[in-house]
Amino acid sequence: MQFFLEVLLGGLLSGIMYSLVALGFVLIYKASGVFNFAQGAMVFFAALTAVGLHDMGLSLWLAVPLTMAIMIVLAVAIEKIVLRPLVNQAEITLFMVTIGLTFFIEGLAQAIWGASVRKLELGIEDVPLEFLLDNAGIAISQFDLVAAGIAFVLVAALAIFFSKTKVGRALRAVADDHQAALSIGIPLQQIWVIVWGVAGFVALVAGLLWGARNGVQFALTFVALKALPVLILGGFTSVPGAIVGGLIIGASEKLAEVFLGPYVGGGIEGWFPYVLALLFLLVRPEGLFGEKIIRRI
Amino acid sequence: MDTGRKIGDVILSFENISLSFGGVKALTNIGFDVREHEIRAIIGPNGAGKSSMLNVINGVYHPQEGEIIFHGKHRRDMNTYESAKSGIARTFQNIALFKGMSVLDNIMTGRNLKMKSNFLLDAIYWGPARREEIEHRKKVEEIIDFLEIQHIRKTPVGRLAYGLQKRVELGRALAAEPSILLLDEPMAGMNVEEKQDMCRFILDVNDQLGTTIVLIEHDMGVVMDISDRVVVLDYGKKIGDGTPDEVRTNRDVINAYLGVAH
Amino acid sequence: MFYREAGQFKATYAEDSQIFPIRQDRIGMAIILLVAFVAVPLFASPYYFSAILIPFLIFALATLGLNILTGYAGQLSLGTAAFMAVGAFASYNFMLRIDGMPILIAFMLSGLCAAAVGIVFGLPSLRIRGFYLAASTLATQFFIVWCLTKIGWFTNYSSSGVITAQQIEILGYAFDTPMSKYLFVLIVVSVMALLAKNMVRSNTGRSWMAIRDMDMAAEVIGFRPMRTKLLAFAVSSFYCGVAGALYAYAYLGTVEPEGFSIEMSFRILFMVIIGGIGSVLGSFLGSAFIVLLPTALNVMFHFLEKDLGLELPSGISSSVELMVFGALIIFFLIVEPHGLARLWQIGKEKLRLWPFPH
Repeated sequence: MQFFLEVLLGGLLSGIMYSLVALGFVLIYKASGVFNFAQGAMVFFAALTAVGLHDMGLSLWLAVPLTMAIMIVLAVAIEKIVLRPLVNQAEITLFMVTIGLTFFIEGLAQAIWGASVRKLELGIEDVPLEFLLDNAGIAISQFDLVAAGIAFVLVAALAIFFSKTKVGRALRAVADDHQAALSIGIPLQQIWVIVWGVAGFVALVAGLLWGARNGVQFALTFVALKALPVLILGGFTSVPGAIVGGLIIGASEKLAEVFLGPYVGGGIEGWFPYVLALLFLLVRPEGLFGEKIIRRI
Repeated sequence: MDTGRKIGDVILSFENISLSFGGVKALTNIGFDVREHEIRAIIGPNGAGKSSMLNVINGVYHPQEGEIIFHGKHRRDMNTYESAKSGIARTFQNIALFKGMSVLDNIMTGRNLKMKSNFLLDAIYWGPARREEIEHRKKVEEIIDFLEIQHIRKTPVGRLAYGLQKRVELGRALAAEPSILLLDEPMAGMNVEEKQDMCRFILDVNDQLGTTIVLIEHDMGVVMDISDRVVVLDYGKKIGDGTPDEVRTNRDVINAYLGVAH
Repeated sequence: MFYREAGQFKATYAEDSQIFPIRQDRIGMAIILLVAFVAVPLFASPYYFSAILIPFLIFALATLGLNILTGYAGQLSLGTAAFMAVGAFASYNFMLRIDGMPILIAFMLSGLCAAAVGIVFGLPSLRIRGFYLAASTLATQFFIVWCLTKIGWFTNYSSSGVITAQQIEILGYAFDTPMSKYLFVLIVVSVMALLAKNMVRSNTGRSWMAIRDMDMAAEVIGFRPMRTKLLAFAVSSFYCGVAGALYAYAYLGTVEPEGFSIEMSFRILFMVIIGGIGSVLGSFLGSAFIVLLPTALNVMFHFLEKDLGLELPSGISSSVELMVFGALIIFFLIVEPHGLARLWQIGKEKLRLWPFPH
């Protein structure tokens, strides 16, 4: 039972990481209707840039804000060069364009910083929390807990940003109806830049946390791919959905790997989330928290 | 206007049709019938439930209550495939053509239920598939001639003007050689000339092929001119039913609809 | 001026519905076939066969497969390589386990296996669309590769998971030189391309395009969405499966499941986008482009390093390759969503007048 709890908690905590990546997807999808496949590449790019700057001798306190500035520049460039010419195109075209973006950003990151794995030290040790180990006998990584805490703060901050600020309200208006938002004078382009900037920020946080845990490397983009089943579970438009979906995927893939894996040769973590999401789709295509789509003719 | 065509028996009728989406009632206790060879119009203000009614007829929407009697069979609802199979074709309010295909291909799709070929024969395209393709092409060319769109037969429909697209959509529906043709605002957004053309096509189809036509239209002049009988809906309820003259003098109808203008 | 159809009148519908209704196109196609079947085998070196021509043809076939699904039927898939893997490993097992199995039959059967898998993984398309479907096809990609890796039977319990394809032999003739393999692949690909062209220009193709363009209207007309979509999945997977078998038998010789990675699936999707969505010709153009691009980049980097003496960091060429791929996709989707095939068509229309201005 203790072991089960340990696996479950470990899974939930890594699930929070998925949630973070998924959050970036949801933000962009809500505001611009673009399913941004490149979110994973942005995570990779942000982490690699931060680490790269750090390795050049900058302190993290300098490297991280600088990376954020670069992410904003990237957001502006994406909006200007890629998205603006494709306004009003089919969703699927926009989706494919973000696949191209993925390759471009991944290539760019490696062209600038090289393809080798880089280590990132955030100063939080990845050791079991002694308090829990002593009292409950459960090994939970201190690092994971801190990461979860950061993720929680981030989500809370975003929630406040969306509900309390003027920009946040404009964002929600845009999410509801582009045309209507335009007609009352909300500058769509600016909103998009803001959203992509925020998504870049989320990517940076996710990238730093993932990178500190597993090293900053190309494999990060595969981790980010796992955000897709998270979105299917949670619904593409729901922030709480991204969180809950991430937790479910994180926990279930770990449980499946540990308890089911040995019977089938292991390695099922690689596909379990996708198959889970696929089965889920057949039952509830709109996701846990997504809006039901009524099709009209 | 009288062409000697004979209006026949009732071939399609509805009793107490009710349809709702979530809690919103779109149709309430609608009942009317359609006779063979007639032109039956459904009119009413925006949001009266006209399109919903058409969608019930060919099985896109499924009413929660009521009965549809078609070809003597009593049933709760239709399904799209069966309704197409039994000779119901339609056009849409917002043109629903296949944008990536040419005019010719669009109209050819209308013949799909009459084609027997399968994908293996199609792949070989020698013998039966080719013969069938050409045979149907002939039929489609007749429709193209009838609608006077020969010059655009190889143009992708996405590039055509609105009025022409409407014509192509009518062609696609006609290609199925339907016994009942449902037209959802065939003349919306057209200029006078285009409307006249469209009226002529509708009357010719009805007259020469004997096709029964159920149409929704906003242009009252047109409706009163070409239809044999008119159903009036308002807020999902039926408020009038009869010949154009009867409907014109119906108090409820005037209050709800026509009265606004006069 | 030289490319015009003036004076070529069609007297019958049969003439009008040929694949190449214009005489110049027929002559052009004949020349291409002549070059492919006669001139290339006479003059090309083994390097060209095995490094460029054979992969070009095989990827063209896979691209055609994906194009049927995505370009014609409008169902986006990110699991193409998985279907190729099914084809490769299925034909390996047919050849291995059934004595005297003719290779062409094995390829057919492996295509059918891929088609069956395609139908199963195409089932979600009945309820979901667009990128939901794309995301769910990732399940295909990862699950199938995992199955082939973990279930030893598929690889005949090879400890490394690598299989070595048997020799291609038809009626006692062994296709063991690069040139003979090229001719073998060329024949298979040409025949399948012709069959695909026939499907997309008849009712089958129209049913796919109708579902793609406006599924509700297609249903009202009498196309059955389930049957149509699953047929697209089946035919598409069949093509990918045969391409996978050719990939193992005529191109690499030895393959492992991980070789059919998600990168390969993306690469094939790129071939579709760059070549032309919904175009048979585009599948070939896209494949040629993407197969040649890395070679061209290598030549360029070689030139920069050797002749200009630039110091380039190691691994830069693969990063730049990613960037170029990405940039090209973005460029084509923005500027010419119908890809090279459309550019070719525009070029032909210009040729009707050239060299005169009007």
